[in-house]
Amino acid sequence: MSEDQIAVHDPHAKPATYVEPEAADRFENPGLPPHRPRRADVDDDAAKRAERQVTTLFGLSILGTLGFIVAYFLVDPELRASVLVIGYVNLYHVILGLTLAMSLLGIGLGAVHWAKTIMPDTEVVEERHLQASDEEARNEAAGVLSQGYRSAQLHRRPMLLLTAGGALGLFALPLALQVAGGLGPLPGDALEHTVWRKGMRLMIDPSGTPITPEMVSQGSVIHVLPEGFVGESSHGEDGPSALEIMEAKANSSVLLVRLNPEQIKSQKQRDWGVDGIVAYSKICTHVGCPVALYERQTHHLLCPCHQSTFDMTDDCKVIFGPAKRPLPQLPITVEDGYLVAVDDFAEPIGPSYWERG
Amino acid sequence: MSKLATYRRSPIALIVLLFLGLTFTGTAYAALQPTAPADAYSASNASEDVDDVEEGRKLFLANCASCHGKNAEGNGTAGPSLAGVGAAAVDFQVGTGRMPLAAPGVQAPANPNQVNFSQQEIDQLAAFVASLGPGPDVPDEEYTDLENADIANGGMIFRTNCAMCHNSSAQGGALTRGKFAPDLMGVEPSHMYSAMLTGPQSMPVFNDATITPQEKENVIAFIVNIEEGGNSFGGHDLGSIGPAGDAVFIWTIGIGLLIGAAVWLGRKAA
Repeated sequence: MSEDQIAVHDPHAKPATYVEPEAADRFENPGLPPHRPRRADVDDDAAKRAERQVTTLFGLSILGTLGFIVAYFLVDPELRASVLVIGYVNLYHVILGLTLAMSLLGIGLGAVHWAKTIMPDTEVVEERHLQASDEEARNEAAGVLSQGYRSAQLHRRPMLLLTAGGALGLFALPLALQVAGGLGPLPGDALEHTVWRKGMRLMIDPSGTPITPEMVSQGSVIHVLPEGFVGESSHGEDGPSALEIMEAKANSSVLLVRLNPEQIKSQKQRDWGVDGIVAYSKICTHVGCPVALYERQTHHLLCPCHQSTFDMTDDCKVIFGPAKRPLPQLPITVEDGYLVAVDDFAEPIGPSYWERG
Repeated sequence: MSKLATYRRSPIALIVLLFLGLTFTGTAYAALQPTAPADAYSASNASEDVDDVEEGRKLFLANCASCHGKNAEGNGTAGPSLAGVGAAAVDFQVGTGRMPLAAPGVQAPANPNQVNFSQQEIDQLAAFVASLGPGPDVPDEEYTDLENADIANGGMIFRTNCAMCHNSSAQGGALTRGKFAPDLMGVEPSHMYSAMLTGPQSMPVFNDATITPQEKENVIAFIVNIEEGGNSFGGHDLGSIGPAGDAVFIWTIGIGLLIGAAVWLGRKAA
C-alpha cells in the first residue's frame, strides 16, 4: 500500500482494486433511524413528571439508607416474627436486607430512569481521529530512537544488548517456578495409608467412646474415628494438630455395623470382622464423599452424592452407581474387651488416582 | 313411566345405573361401617399390667394379626415377627399412624390422620408386644421433655449420624428404590426417641450404648430448635433441601429478573 493511500482518511473511499459486488446493489445503508423525540422532550408536564419520578426514587434510596442505619442500632438482633411469604424468620436480617435493597435499587432505578427520560437522547456521531501520525512526526520519532541507540553504543557493542535481553528473559523463570512449585511435593505413598495402626481402638464419633462388641446391636450403625483423633483423647499436649484431626476425619472415617454372620457372603469379610461386626471405610471410591446411608433391611450402603450403592453383605461390592471399586474393609479384632484395628486398610481408601490407575 | 321406559335400553342407562349403584353402596358403607374398635375398648379401665397385656392381645388380634400372625410370630413377607421389638417400636409405629399398614408398598409412611387408637390402646398394644420378649421400652419422659438439653451437642451428633439421610436441616431425603427418610418437622419427641432406639424399617438402630439417652435428648432438642426457626436467619429457606432448591430459584427467578432488567435498560425510551 502506498503512503498517500494511508494518509487519505475517508471511510467511504474504496481501494483501487475494490470491485463492487453485484449483490450489494440490492441493499442500501439504512443509516440512522429518524430521531423521535420523547414525550418529556416535547411536553413540559411529562418532563416534570419524569423529574418527580426520578427524585422520588432517589428519595426512596435516601430513606432506605437512613432506615438501614436506624434499624442497625434499634432493632433487636434476636427479634423473630412471621413475614408474609417467607415465614417465621429473624426479623433483624430481613429489615437490614430490605432497607439496603431499597437504598441500592433507588439509586439504580433513579439513574436509569433519569437517563432514559430527561438526559439528551439525540444520536451523535463522533469521528475517530487518524490512527497514523504524519510523516514528519514519524521521521522525528525514528530519529530520536536511532540517536539513543547510537549514543548508548549498542551498534558497536552488541553483547550489551544480548546479555541484557538474556538477563531480563531469564528473570521470568523464578516467577514460573513459584507457580509450578506451588503445586506441592508429590504425594509419595501418603495416599496409600490412613492413620489406622495395629491395636488402635475404634471410637464413636463424635463422643469418643471406645466400643465393646456388645454395644453393636444388630441393625445398628456406628460412625467411627481412630483412637486419639476424636473426643477427649484428641486433646492435650501430645494430641494431634487440628490439621491432623481434619485429615483423619477425611481419610480414616469408618462405618461399623453388625450383620448376621450367616448373611455374609465373603469369607474374607467374616474373617476380618468380629462375630459379624464389620468395619468399612466411609469414603466413597468414586469421588470421596462420605458413604453413610445405611439401609438396615437391605444392607445397602448408599452414597448421597452420586447414588453409588454398596452391598454390605457382599464385601461392600458396588451394585449400582458410578463407583468402580468396593469399599475397603478395616480388619478388626477384640483386645481387652474393646474393638481394635488389626492393621491399616489393605488398599488405598477413597477415589482412584493417577499412580493407582 | 313410559318416558323412562323409552330410555332404558340406551347405552347411557347402564352408566347412570352403575353410577347410582356405586354411590348408594359407598354412602351406605360409610354410614354403616363399624367405627374403629376404639370405642369398644377404651371403656375398659385396665390399670394392671396383666389386664393391659390381655386388652392389648385383643387389639392385636383384631388389627395386626392378619399380617403379623396370631401370636405375632410373623408371616413371611406379609409382616415380621414382633417378638423382641419392644414397646417403643409399637409406640412409634402405631402412634405415628404407620401401622396398621394402609397399603402395601416399599415403605410405611407416617399417617398422622390415621391414628385410630387412643394413647391408652397404644399402651395396651405395646404391653402385649413387650410381653412377647424383652425389647426397648417406651422412652422415659425425663429424656423427651428437652429440659437441660445441649442443642449444640445434639447438632454434632445429628450431623454425624442422621444428616446423611434426613438432610442437615431434618427435611428428609431419598433412599433407594422409592424409599425415603422422612421429614422430621412436627414429629413428637417421644416418637423421634423411639425411632432412634428401635430403628424402624430402613433406619439403623442407635441403642443407648452408642448414643446415650442424654445425647438422644440433645438430638431431639436440635431438631425441635430447627422447627422453631432456630436456623432461619432471614430470607426464605427455599425448603432447606440444599443447593438444588437454591439453584432452581436463582436460575429461574434470579436470571429472569436480570434478563428483564437488561431488556429494560437496552430499550429506547422514545
